[in-house]
Amino acid sequence: MNAPAPTDPGTPPKRRIRGRALIPLAVLAPVVLAGCQLPSFGAYRGATSQGQDAFKLWQGFFIAGLVVGGFVFLLIVWAVFRYRKNKKSEGLPRQTQYRPMIEVLYTVIPILVVMGLFAFTVITENEVDAVPSTKVTIDVTAFQWGWQFYYPATGKVVIGQTLQQPQMVLPVNEAVTIHLESADVYHGFYVPAFNFSRYAAPGYVNTFNFNVLHTGTYRGQCTQLCGLYHSLMLFSVRAVSPGVFETWVHRTSGHHPTIGQLKNQIHASGPGA
Amino acid sequence: MRNESLILLGVAIFFGFIGLVYWFTSYEDGGTAMLVGTCLLGLLPGSYYLFWHRRMGFRPEDRDDATIEDGAGEVETFPSSSIWPFVLGMGAFMLVLAFAFGMWFFFPAVGLIVTALVGVTAESRRGGHV
Amino acid sequence: MTDVITPTTTGDGAHGPSVVDVAGHEHEEHGPTGLLKWVTSTDHKVIGMSYMITSLVLFYFAGIMALVLRIQLATPSSSLVSFAQYNELFTMHGSLMLYLFAGPFAFGGLANYIVPLQIGAPDMAFPRLNALSYWLYLSGSITMMMGFLVAGGASEFGWVAYAPLSNATNSPGLGPDIWIMALVLTGFSAIFTGVNLVATIFYLRAPGMTMFRMPIFTWNMLVTAILILIAFPVLTGALVMLFCDRHFGTHIFSVQGGGSPNLWQNLFWFFGHPEVYILALPYFGIATEIFPVFSRKPVFGYKGMVFATLSIAALSTGVWAHHMFTTGVVLLPFFSLLSLLIAVPTGIKFFNWIGTLWRGQLQFSAAMLFAIGFLFAFLMGGVTGVMLASPPIDFFTHDTYFVVAHFHQVLFGTAVFAGFAGLYYWYPKFFGRMLREGLGKWHFWLMFIGFWVTFMPQYVVGLLGMPRRVAVYPSYLGWQSYNIISTVGAFIIATSFAVLLWNLWISWRQPVPCGDNPWDAHTLEWFTTSPPPHHNYSHLPPIRSERPTWDYHHPDSPAIAHGEGRPPRGDKVLVSP
Repeated sequence: MNAPAPTDPGTPPKRRIRGRALIPLAVLAPVVLAGCQLPSFGAYRGATSQGQDAFKLWQGFFIAGLVVGGFVFLLIVWAVFRYRKNKKSEGLPRQTQYRPMIEVLYTVIPILVVMGLFAFTVITENEVDAVPSTKVTIDVTAFQWGWQFYYPATGKVVIGQTLQQPQMVLPVNEAVTIHLESADVYHGFYVPAFNFSRYAAPGYVNTFNFNVLHTGTYRGQCTQLCGLYHSLMLFSVRAVSPGVFETWVHRTSGHHPTIGQLKNQIHASGPGA
Repeated sequence: MRNESLILLGVAIFFGFIGLVYWFTSYEDGGTAMLVGTCLLGLLPGSYYLFWHRRMGFRPEDRDDATIEDGAGEVETFPSSSIWPFVLGMGAFMLVLAFAFGMWFFFPAVGLIVTALVGVTAESRRGGHV
Repeated sequence: MTDVITPTTTGDGAHGPSVVDVAGHEHEEHGPTGLLKWVTSTDHKVIGMSYMITSLVLFYFAGIMALVLRIQLATPSSSLVSFAQYNELFTMHGSLMLYLFAGPFAFGGLANYIVPLQIGAPDMAFPRLNALSYWLYLSGSITMMMGFLVAGGASEFGWVAYAPLSNATNSPGLGPDIWIMALVLTGFSAIFTGVNLVATIFYLRAPGMTMFRMPIFTWNMLVTAILILIAFPVLTGALVMLFCDRHFGTHIFSVQGGGSPNLWQNLFWFFGHPEVYILALPYFGIATEIFPVFSRKPVFGYKGMVFATLSIAALSTGVWAHHMFTTGVVLLPFFSLLSLLIAVPTGIKFFNWIGTLWRGQLQFSAAMLFAIGFLFAFLMGGVTGVMLASPPIDFFTHDTYFVVAHFHQVLFGTAVFAGFAGLYYWYPKFFGRMLREGLGKWHFWLMFIGFWVTFMPQYVVGLLGMPRRVAVYPSYLGWQSYNIISTVGAFIIATSFAVLLWNLWISWRQPVPCGDNPWDAHTLEWFTTSPPPHHNYSHLPPIRSERPTWDYHHPDSPAIAHGEGRPPRGDKVLVSP
């Protein structure tokens, strides 16, 4: 892979390193002091406002999972080490089969936990999926094996495939609407640093908003298996200040190949051409 | 048969309910059709078993206090060996190969399947292995 | 030749509870011998054993494919296999493991062998249909493997075969057709086995073996069979539609002809999610058989266990679209809630398993070790499963290695850990001889370590953004170190399965005979001889609880189940003498 390396400040670099270093710690230390910033538990903190909402939900689920999973883990470990058969074991153990109170308890408590998780899920989901109308709109078309970004306001087109990965440019600190569809099979539009992915589907358009919080370049990739060169279907997203964006989007894109031409090209000569 | 029929009727009730909820929250036809189908899958055999339970009452295997003697009588007739499942299976094998490789597989497939169907029927009527 | 089972009543009051003959004549096998005997056999034990051996062979094939995939991923741009070969390999790895190993090993192999024994039946209800199931399964498996031999190679669209990637334009050639036809065959095989299991469990139980005295394994197989009847016809129907789209000019899944590619996903996952539980429930059942035996206690919360199984099955059929959260066209809250709710009955099962261990006398045989390994593996897979049930979290983990790690922990935890627990547990029943316990423990520990080393790094690399089903990845993202660890883990697992092969070989060549009931087990299958005779039982013990064999061998131990199976005052009357 000789593709150019986009820098990836999905989280500011310093913080991201800390996040990764904390992965083993997160498993060991379940309790984090109140008031401190919670660890990232391995995920990106989210470079968009939607991504940050999803990240907070992730933290909540991770802590819930750590507490519940850790509790069950300790119960198993205790049972396994405490109740080994040894020389002192005589006769048969007590043949307990039913303890209705305990059984009701461990039915009701999980239901409550699940209801809590569901409530937070719905709240976050509504924030992440909200699509208020915005000034800037980008039509994204995925195809085997590349991406086309079309800016309907000015007619600007960015298109590229596999090793000539295209770059989407959008203004920072401003909600942007993305219309996503596919020209052929299902693709997955995934920007890890945004904590978001959505299928590019044939036959209908998916719409969502990004509100990128920091300037920078973020890598993206197709996640849904789409055929031979699925692994190489990369792109990147560059967030720039609104002024820079306006200049960029008004510069005409010049001559560019169509989706059909690029598909013929890759079928004829592979991704190296 | 009561518990058996209740399990299947439970399937029917649950998926009937879920199917209604799903239809009125999504108006998506594919999923609703499958949920209604699942509801029927529970309803038909479930009500059939309930019908027979009402006629037969509790069988020895439904009663807590049944003894092994209560099950006396002929349990069932079991063939101890039969070649026809193999022949039928190979016929089905040829049949799908016909769809993949070409229709010339089709003729041995039909031959094997017909032979097996005749054979297995004759075997059952004769009550012994052929 | 036909055996008519005619029970006679000859009481035998010489020792303890009365034992009654259920058959008045010798149970000898009649008919042909040798290869013809195998081909014509309708004995559930022979068919079950054929299923198990076939599926284990396929498991080793799929495992070798996994090793090739892992070597490919150990370096960012390896050229060990081409893109096309890589796609073929993971498609076949998934197809073999899910359709041809994990399911058939449980409901075709173990269930076929064990369920009739556990309920005191002489055979499955429809022995010839049972044999047909096996031949369809075997020919389906051969068809699937033929994919590697045809021009253009095996199918390359993943085990989910999403339309329109799986149509004739995007996946031309014979490979995909063969894949579809293989699954049609094995689909019918599964449906027939499902019918057979339901009929056997409903009609052929021994007197006194009420529904609420059936062993949990049998219960889980009943529920699995009902799930098979719900799910597999949908898959088979969808595959026929796909085939028509490919060859007969229909446009069911194509946008151009007015069809809907999303319909494929709806149909597939309406099969696919129950399928996950078709793969998991039998293995829950195996673990539930093993914990009480090696704790010398009854199953804790038997009825809760049964209702948990039923509600898992019911909920699992209403959650198919949680695999489709990122399509943008499914009802998120509905599927999210039902998916989260599955955690409740699963949690009940966990607490019941722990309750079974609690205050027992635990003996760590190889079978018990594997079952405990299953608890840890499935706990991890279950916790990450709850995370994935939340759409905003699923958005950024969907189709990444996080999901890969999740479902491998779930399915490896169930099908492999609990599956091999079952193999070590029932092997003495199958052959009347033991597997080597020492080698079994080596097998367990290597597999347990390899399991965590393989799959934990995949969670991390998935959160960093590595998508699944990629043959190469950028080298500058720091993903390689995680992938190397994962590959090392895969080889540790492979070593453990070499130990299993050695164990099977040495235990076969130098047999260590065991009695009929080496584990002092609870359920009816351990009452008959090991291996069981033709048509299973010459006589049966009285069935007064869900563990008749234990009651028979421990006449002094207070019976636990009277009437409703609930003692008068909690557990207090159940103190051992």
